[in-house]
Amino acid sequence: MAINETQRPDIDRIPVNMTVNGRTVTDNLPPELTLLDFLRDWLGLKGAKRSCDLQVCGACTVLVNGKAVSSCTFLAFEARNAEVTTIEGLAQGGELHPLQQSFIDNAAFQCGFCTPGMIMAAKSLMDQNPHPNEEEIRAYMKGNICRCTGYKKIVEAIEGAAGR
Amino acid sequence: MLRPFKLHEPTSVHDAVSLLGRFGEEAKVYCGGTELLLAMKEGLLRYSHLVNIKTIPGLDEVGYDQGSGMLSIGATVTHTALEHSRQIQSQFPMIAEAEGNVANVRVRNVGTIGGNLCFSEPHSDPGAFLLLFDAQVEIQGPGGQRTIPLAELTLGPFETCLEDDEVLTRILVPRFPQGMTGAYLKFGYHARPTLGVGVSVGLEPPPSDDAGIERAVVAEVRVTVGSAGPKAVRVAEAEQLLMGKTVGELLPGSNGGESSTMDDAGRLAGRAADAMDDIHGSAEYKEHMVGVFLKRAFAKAINNRQPAVQSPLS
Repeated sequence: MAINETQRPDIDRIPVNMTVNGRTVTDNLPPELTLLDFLRDWLGLKGAKRSCDLQVCGACTVLVNGKAVSSCTFLAFEARNAEVTTIEGLAQGGELHPLQQSFIDNAAFQCGFCTPGMIMAAKSLMDQNPHPNEEEIRAYMKGNICRCTGYKKIVEAIEGAAGR
Repeated sequence: MLRPFKLHEPTSVHDAVSLLGRFGEEAKVYCGGTELLLAMKEGLLRYSHLVNIKTIPGLDEVGYDQGSGMLSIGATVTHTALEHSRQIQSQFPMIAEAEGNVANVRVRNVGTIGGNLCFSEPHSDPGAFLLLFDAQVEIQGPGGQRTIPLAELTLGPFETCLEDDEVLTRILVPRFPQGMTGAYLKFGYHARPTLGVGVSVGLEPPPSDDAGIERAVVAEVRVTVGSAGPKAVRVAEAEQLLMGKTVGELLPGSNGGESSTMDDAGRLAGRAADAMDDIHGSAEYKEHMVGVFLKRAFAKAINNRQPAVQSPLS
């Protein structure tokens, strides 16, 4: 992230307060900083991935106040006063989130690059609809792309986590 | 990579207009950013000032006036909010359904209706289906407010009639006349529709059951086409052809027949779409498919006489 610190007066920065995976973060952010760069380069959270950089593939999906967003094209300051959740925030006390466990149990990934985005999208679906059926899962997840394999295992993993 | 810009966060439309006037071509309204930021990242657009209008109170509200049947949508309302609005689901189910199919869930969560219309990306649904309602848009500038038909907002791809210092604040959507129902169908890869066709129909006499439907006459009809060409359009010539015909004549499908009138209307709509050759298909192919989808949208509009079934997610 090549922000030229010398050319940018602090006055143009935006003071923000947010929680990231439950931790309070307070900082002054340049307005053009994307949430993906903020998470990866400022906070060292490398779970969200940059892939298409066009909001098409879903590899950078994180949740802002529970809503899935493409962090590659979402300005970091927009998360002010919000709760941001990334893949790093799902496991609790060393215990994987049911979706994470189900992806493992169902072998729902190969290279794993799309997986954090897949799981975060699935979490936002299940927060709204705890027991989605296959059709609902496919409709919701159609904006997350996997290039290794198919979607069958991914759908099965979500169904597994949803108790179906 | 986004180039640095200065962000302005006015708390009134008046202040937004002043800022836009002060910075002229250097500034742009920021109202979601799902399209604007993409173009800025690619270096296709460069602005040193963005004016965030999402901080202006009231612009994120949806209102419906039962008496006048007018829906008022603030410019900063997201696609997700439209999809889930109880008022829109009950009074404008077609809009709730179509909004639930815009791009993907992440874009719908962030992208706004005002941003979408003002960006005027040709491969976009709302500009096409809102034309079916004869929607209008409220625009505020230094000289005050003006209201224009939505059909006049977009001039061509990525181009509107807005001046540099004008802000689209609200979209006004009148209910369909009594008895009219509509449908919007799109075709193509989901993120970027190849084409979209909207049809709304009012039948006379209003059929009470499916048995009477074939003899019912088209008393009012609207046809819109979007995504295939430079901008979404109403197709008056196709509407004129369909007017006064019976449903049985236009949809003889149950007898395995074809309707030459419907085919002709489809050809007119295909031509009116002003389809362009691009990665989504040839102009000739799109013209043909507009005709196919006109027939399907007409049939769906008629079937939508029953309350539309809502997606379980909405």
